[in-house]
Amino acid sequence: MAKENKPKQKIKMAVYWGAACGGCCVSVLDVHEALFTVVEEADLVFWPIALDTKYADLEKMEDQYIDLTLFNGAIRNSENEHIAKLLRKKSKILVAYGACAQLGGIPGLANFSSKKEIFDRVYFESESTENKDKKIPLTTVKLNGYELYLSEFYNDVKTLAQTVDVDYSIPGCPPQTERLLEVFMAIVSGAELPPKGSVLGAHDKPQCDDCKRIKTDNKKIKAFKRPWEIEDDGVTCFLEQGVICMGPATRGGCGNARCVIGNAPCRGCYGPPPGVLDPGAKMLSAIGTIIDSDDPDEIIKIVEQVVDPAGTFYRFSLPASILHRKIIHKEKSTA
Amino acid sequence: MNYKPTIIGFLCNWCSYTGADLAGTSRQKYEDKIRIIRVMCSGRIEPTFVLDAFRKGADGILICGCHPGDCHYHEGNYKCLRRFHLLQKYTQQMGIEKERLRLEWISASEGKEFAELVDEMSEKIASLGKCMVKETLDTYR
Repeated sequence: MAKENKPKQKIKMAVYWGAACGGCCVSVLDVHEALFTVVEEADLVFWPIALDTKYADLEKMEDQYIDLTLFNGAIRNSENEHIAKLLRKKSKILVAYGACAQLGGIPGLANFSSKKEIFDRVYFESESTENKDKKIPLTTVKLNGYELYLSEFYNDVKTLAQTVDVDYSIPGCPPQTERLLEVFMAIVSGAELPPKGSVLGAHDKPQCDDCKRIKTDNKKIKAFKRPWEIEDDGVTCFLEQGVICMGPATRGGCGNARCVIGNAPCRGCYGPPPGVLDPGAKMLSAIGTIIDSDDPDEIIKIVEQVVDPAGTFYRFSLPASILHRKIIHKEKSTA
Repeated sequence: MNYKPTIIGFLCNWCSYTGADLAGTSRQKYEDKIRIIRVMCSGRIEPTFVLDAFRKGADGILICGCHPGDCHYHEGNYKCLRRFHLLQKYTQQMGIEKERLRLEWISASEGKEFAELVDEMSEKIASLGKCMVKETLDTYR
C-alpha cells in the first residue's frame, strides 16, 4: 500500500499553437479516455487551449523545465516566433506537431502572396470592408497614456524548424491521435528515442504502400479529373481513375491511407517520405511521367487540366519547399 | 547593358551533350555564362534539380534532350517533356517567367543549333533581368 502512495515521477508537458486552426490541440484531446493515462504520466504545465496558463508563467520557468513540448502551427507573426524561441529554451524535447509546424501547412499557402497583398486585400479591398482612413494594424499604439502592442505580421510563413532547433516532427493534419499516444508512451516509458530530427508517428514508406485500392504497375492518365467528375468505383487507384492523389509522394502512417478509405484522394498532409527534399516536385515528377501521350500539343492539353499545380502539390508544404514562396518582383515589393 | 545571365544547362549524355561538344570542337562561339551539367538522359532531370538551380541563383534553365523518337532509352525524353510542361506551369505560378525555363531537342550533330540556342536564350533572359528567386529568399526570410 505504501508503494501506491509514493508520488509518481511525472514528466512535464506543454502544448502550444502558432498559426494553426486548433485542430492539432483537439487531436491531443482526442485521446479520449486515454487522457487519464496521459494525466497519470504527465503534468500539463502550459497549454493555452485547455489551461489558464499565461505567458508570464512560461517565462518564470527554469530553462529545460519542460520535458516535452508539442508545438503545432506555423510561424506567422512575431508572437509565434517569440513563444517558439521561449519554448525552445524551456523544453528538453521540442516536437513540431502537425503539418503546419513541420511544413508550413495550410497557413503556409499565404506564401503565394506578400504581406502587402494580404493587407491590401484584407484592410482595403475586400467587399465587406469600409476603411476610409486607410488604417492598418500597427505594432505599437499610444492610447490614453498607455502603450499597446500587437505582434508583427511577417511577410513569410515559416516552419518551426526554420525558426528554432527542432528535435522531432510528428506529421499530419492533424496527426492521428493513436500515433501521438504511441510516441507519448515511448517517451514516458523512457524507451530509447530515435536520432534527433526524426519524424515520429509515421513510417518510411509512401501512402500507396498502405493503400488497399487496386493498382496496376503501368499507370496511364489521358485526362485529369476533379473528384466530382468521376464515378468512383471504390476499389481502383484514384490516380488510375484520373484523380490526383498525393499518395505516391506522401509518407504513410495515418492509418492505411485514411482519406482513401473515406473515398477521398490523399491530400498529402503527412509530408514527404524520407530523402525527399521537395514533396511537390516529387509529386510533379511522378504525375508528369504517367501522362499517357507523346504528342506535345496533347500533353499541354492534358497538363492544362491540372488546374492549380502549386496549390495541389504543395498544399501542406509550401514554406518547406525549395522555392519557399512566390517570388516578389522589385516594383511590387514592400519590405 | 553588360548584364549576362547565368544559365544552367541540363544536357543528356547521348545527343545534346555530344551536340554541345561538337559546338566546341567546331569552334562555335556562344555565351560563356552557361553552366552545363551532363545527365545520362533528359528523363533523369527531376523537377527538384530545376527548382534547386533557381534557388541557388540561376537566371535561366535550359534542358536539352534527344529529338522525339531518338532517345537512347526509348522514352526518357517523352517523360521529360511531360514533366516539363507541368513544371513550367508550377514555376509560372510561383512568379518565374516562362522564358527562364526552356526545353529544346538537340541532336549530336546540331552543334551550331546549340550555340545559337544558347545565345538566343541568353539574350532573352538578359532582357528580363535577374531572376528574383534567390533575392526574394535572401531579402524576406
